[in-house]
Amino acid sequence: MAELTDYDRIKASDRIRGRILNIITYTMLSIWALMVLFPFYWMILSSFKSYSEYTSEFVPKFYTLFPTLKNYSDAFTAVDLGKYFLNTLVFTLVTTALMLVVTTLAAFAFARLDFPGKNAAFTAFLALMMIPSELVIITNFVTITNLDLRNSFAGLILPSTASVFYIYLLRENFAQVPDELYYAAKVDGTSDLKYLFKVMVPICRPTLVTITILKVIECWNSYVWPRLITDDPDFYLVSNGIQEIRENGFGRENIPAMMAAVVVISVPLVILFLVFRKQIMAGVSRGGIKG
Amino acid sequence: MDGKNFKGWLYLLPAVIFLGVFMVYPLVDVLIYSLEESYNSASQSFTGVGLFNYSYVLRDPYFLQALKNTFILVMITVPLSTGLALLISVGLSSIKPLRNLFQTVYFLPYVTNTLAVGLVFMILFKKTAYSDGLVNLLINLFGGPSVDFIDGPYWAKMFVLCFYTIWVVLPFKILILTSALASVKQDYYNAARIDGTSKARIFARITLPMISPMMFYLIITGFIGAFKAYSDAVALFGTDLNAAEMNTIVGYVYDMLYGDSGGYPSYASAAAIILFAIVLTITCINLIVSKKLVHY
Repeated sequence: MAELTDYDRIKASDRIRGRILNIITYTMLSIWALMVLFPFYWMILSSFKSYSEYTSEFVPKFYTLFPTLKNYSDAFTAVDLGKYFLNTLVFTLVTTALMLVVTTLAAFAFARLDFPGKNAAFTAFLALMMIPSELVIITNFVTITNLDLRNSFAGLILPSTASVFYIYLLRENFAQVPDELYYAAKVDGTSDLKYLFKVMVPICRPTLVTITILKVIECWNSYVWPRLITDDPDFYLVSNGIQEIRENGFGRENIPAMMAAVVVISVPLVILFLVFRKQIMAGVSRGGIKG
Repeated sequence: MDGKNFKGWLYLLPAVIFLGVFMVYPLVDVLIYSLEESYNSASQSFTGVGLFNYSYVLRDPYFLQALKNTFILVMITVPLSTGLALLISVGLSSIKPLRNLFQTVYFLPYVTNTLAVGLVFMILFKKTAYSDGLVNLLINLFGGPSVDFIDGPYWAKMFVLCFYTIWVVLPFKILILTSALASVKQDYYNAARIDGTSKARIFARITLPMISPMMFYLIITGFIGAFKAYSDAVALFGTDLNAAEMNTIVGYVYDMLYGDSGGYPSYASAAAIILFAIVLTITCINLIVSKKLVHY
């Protein structure tokens, strides 16, 4: 009898301990979630406050009673946000498309074709993965300047098209496609190129989607290269645009308008993330490089 | 057969051209630049070959400031962010309801523009004429004095930079660690539970060894990433980082290359190579240590 009550007591205390641990866990997780979300909340909130309302609050309010859209219209009229936005869109789409073509062709060559020097070439490619971009950006800056490609889309795009890491990632996936398919296609007289686009690409679509999304995120947020290569606002991307706005636009102190610009810049990627949440998170855990 | 051999290279050609022009050639070139003394970009001439650029950079107070900032940033953010990520990931894997929601929220900073969100951090910390900023009001609430985190004392600026850096790098680390934790076989935990092992012991003896390869991956990439810190600092303090005393090594490289203080590709190259040497050394040390500690 005593045994049983003892057991019950242990079980009960165990349950209480578990519950306390649970509460601590949820509290901790909620605190961090708040830390992550708060800046986003603050930027949206501030973007809807009018300039006079914002500057009159010594203790900032956590809500606004008179939301205004004026900041958003300011963001598009007082500075060229629309243009920066369009530039970034063009830059992102063209770079990603070019990168996909280059990457697919190279990955196919490494995974499927036989040619002299293939192993040596692949080893060389892998070695290139260790080269930090900071090391090569200096010469690239000089090269692009000498080619007279500063302040042009070509100058922005060309150095960002080839990525060793994505070639490697895609090659690994291509290599998993059974050889039999290739031989069957060969017997049917299918050309290599047709085989690549009709068989390999559809089979490996998930990996291609992953690298596309990763590249889009990378392009949308890229700052260093565009800053080096453009000093004409006609070719600014959003990152440079926001920096320009911070230092010269709106008269520095107009923080609500600045926040409206920040919201406009952040929205496309947040939407992309919410739509492709699963693919992005799976893709980043497989091949993300940031941190 | 010959035609077929040639074909493989044809597919590889675009990649080879792009990588050759924008990666292999620059790699050789940056070494040459770093050795050419008093190189003039206008006339493309130089006076001699030697290590002068390196000694110049190593004596430049701006570089030493950048070196100091970068090391402080690395030493603070890498351990803190990895530890915090581990704590959060363990918490995440121990719950069921709301787990997906938390995971989604935590990942959000990864997809946002560092420059843009940095501005939000700036206004949260900044002291302006009309308000001390939210963070300062919070400090006041607990009885502390207001501090200007953006234009104020060195430690305050460093604090904001570290805080923002951790905020930016955590999503990636949490994601990697949660999937590492999820891949530990349930059998081990069940066996330990039958033996009546305590939770702390299970964590130290099963969980940690099983995720140690991923931990070390994160530490290595964390070191590399933190040594290359730059845009976070720009987002918070503006492009003139030297004036703010908040420059980083990468920032120094770019400043030497371009902008008001630019036009010295030789100094930039020397600084970039010094950075590369530092990162390589740290990575090698990490790899040696991991050989001893990581359980594969």
